[in-house]
Amino acid sequence: MSAITSDIDLKEKIAQAFEQTPDRKNIQRTEALQHFQKLGLPGNKTEEYRFFPITRALEKNFDFDQSNPIESKIKSIYQFLIPDLEANVIVFINGIYSPVFSKVISPENEIIISDLRKAVNQNEAPLYFEKYLKTSADPFTALNTALWQDGVFIQVPAKTKVEKPVFILHINDAEKEQSICHTRLLVVLEEESELTLIERSTSIGTNNIFHTFAEEILVKENATLDYVKIQNDEGKLHQVANSLIHQSSKSKLNTFTLTMNGSLIRNNFNIAIDGENCESHFYGLYLLNGNTIADNHTVVDHIKPNSFSNELYKGVMDGNSKGVFNGKIFVRPNAQKTNAFQSNRNILLTDTATINTKPQLEIWADDVKCSHGCTSGQLDEEALFYLRSRGIPLNNAKAMLLYAFAAETLEPIKNTELKSYLDGLISQRLNKY
Amino acid sequence: MLTIKNLKAKVEDKLILNGINLQVNAGEIHAIMGPNGSGKSTLASVLAGREDYEVTEGEVQFLGKNLLELDPDVRACEGIFLAFQYPVEIPGVSTVNFMKTALNKIREYRGQPSLDAVAFLQLMKEKMKLVEIDQSLLSRSLNEGFSGGEKKRNEIFQMAMLEPKLSILDETDSGLDIDALRIVANGVNKLRSKNNATIVVTHYQRLLEHIVPDFVHVLYKGKIVKSGGKELALELEAKGYDWIKNEMELV
Repeated sequence: MSAITSDIDLKEKIAQAFEQTPDRKNIQRTEALQHFQKLGLPGNKTEEYRFFPITRALEKNFDFDQSNPIESKIKSIYQFLIPDLEANVIVFINGIYSPVFSKVISPENEIIISDLRKAVNQNEAPLYFEKYLKTSADPFTALNTALWQDGVFIQVPAKTKVEKPVFILHINDAEKEQSICHTRLLVVLEEESELTLIERSTSIGTNNIFHTFAEEILVKENATLDYVKIQNDEGKLHQVANSLIHQSSKSKLNTFTLTMNGSLIRNNFNIAIDGENCESHFYGLYLLNGNTIADNHTVVDHIKPNSFSNELYKGVMDGNSKGVFNGKIFVRPNAQKTNAFQSNRNILLTDTATINTKPQLEIWADDVKCSHGCTSGQLDEEALFYLRSRGIPLNNAKAMLLYAFAAETLEPIKNTELKSYLDGLISQRLNKY
Repeated sequence: MLTIKNLKAKVEDKLILNGINLQVNAGEIHAIMGPNGSGKSTLASVLAGREDYEVTEGEVQFLGKNLLELDPDVRACEGIFLAFQYPVEIPGVSTVNFMKTALNKIREYRGQPSLDAVAFLQLMKEKMKLVEIDQSLLSRSLNEGFSGGEKKRNEIFQMAMLEPKLSILDETDSGLDIDALRIVANGVNKLRSKNNATIVVTHYQRLLEHIVPDFVHVLYKGKIVKSGGKELALELEAKGYDWIKNEMELV
């Protein structure tokens, strides 16, 4: 990764900010900062960030001298919850855990939810923390590892099904001033356990927000995880999320990422299939408008044989929005009999909207079934005419086709309240056409 | 009901309809026949409002309105129905939902209240019998993975649901076996009344054994060159389109 010269100031500022934190003597953090300084912020020639002008945005819009988390006057989180969904709610406001708004309803023998800051110095968390998500791989993982303020550690004991989903809500309050925060998540599903995890980021106010996430999730043997991310910020959110899910044998994973609003949204989402007979459904949907840039960089890494992965990302770009999809599939030499599929489909609604899509397959095993495909285009004129010829007006016909296109990505979601909530968000967005 | 006067239409720079004149009255069935490339399907598409064609001359009156000025969806609301030669597959939209939306949009246009779910299902069941179509087919994505016969039956099912005043069947017989042809034709015949009219566009006489036309028109090089009763179709079948072509060359 090549650093650009203009980021020296910003890099220095961030290093100075680190010197002000109480954790500056922590070895992991110091090492992470060194990695960050070595990697530098991505420039416009950095291949992995070629379409994602985060460095420029950080230089232009943020003041890193001011690093204290800001107070929020939020009185209620009701509007951010998912209607009718009974869930364990964990709330972070400007990156800091909020005991007032958080509420765990599942019994302690089903799920253990603890403060990650404490947990990293105790028994189990250190076994997993930073185990698979490497600070040397991405500057924002490094940055997050050096500067993270708060986080949560979730453990699901073996042979346990968590009946109620866990809903993690990140609220960025940028009503008065900018907000910069770095959040961390560590989740361990022990053997034969089952969890539905929902993570939503949202914001209030119109000042700039910079939020990094580093998320490590381990799905052990025979465990099942449904993981849904909802990125629907109304404000000027600049977000970089580095997520890694590590799967052991016979585990099942369903993920869905919905990106709708924000300024710059980047998801580096990696799935390491490190076991046999795993199943992964890796879905995403981006419905963009205005000047939003959403960049999904995904990796599916088949390390062991006999597993199945199916990746489907779809996008609808309106206005001046930009979508980026980069999907890498690795099939390691040992991963024979792998079935890996990937598809990225895009619809552009205006002449000024863009999509950059790049599928990459690297296959070292010889007995595998893999396919990938990407499309981008406009709505199908013939289908539109067909609907209109039955009396459906143009706008309704467009909405119907777009909805049908988008809703396919909801297929893996099992929780009905969650599904109907997501369905509502999607139809609401698409019905205006 | 429908009056077409000197209709000319082109696609890109190619003139396809070269002065069509046609009068269709309520209660009538008109067959439009002609060799490949004579403009049959273009005529059907222009009437339904497909935007790929540019009308350069002429006029089309439908129930007193200038049809050419109306959007395709408004034409449908006014009572025009086109049964597609190649019905479009639309993943993610079920026929049931599609028909519910379409029917209620048309009802809204006509100032009628929306049908509730119960009334809609009742109507659907009634119309399903007409074309011997199975409900499981209608719950699936529109035409996706349907056989040729299933697609055409679905077209006639939609026609039955929307109760158009003028139905245009564009090569509905193409790709149908004898049984499917009989089912489709039965459906059309049962829907026939003194208040509606049908234009059957076809290459072969075979469909016209089942849907008996009042008038047969032969289209050649974008013009109606011969009109007659149902016996004209038989004559065409016996003599072939070369007969028309030769006759035209002589003129």
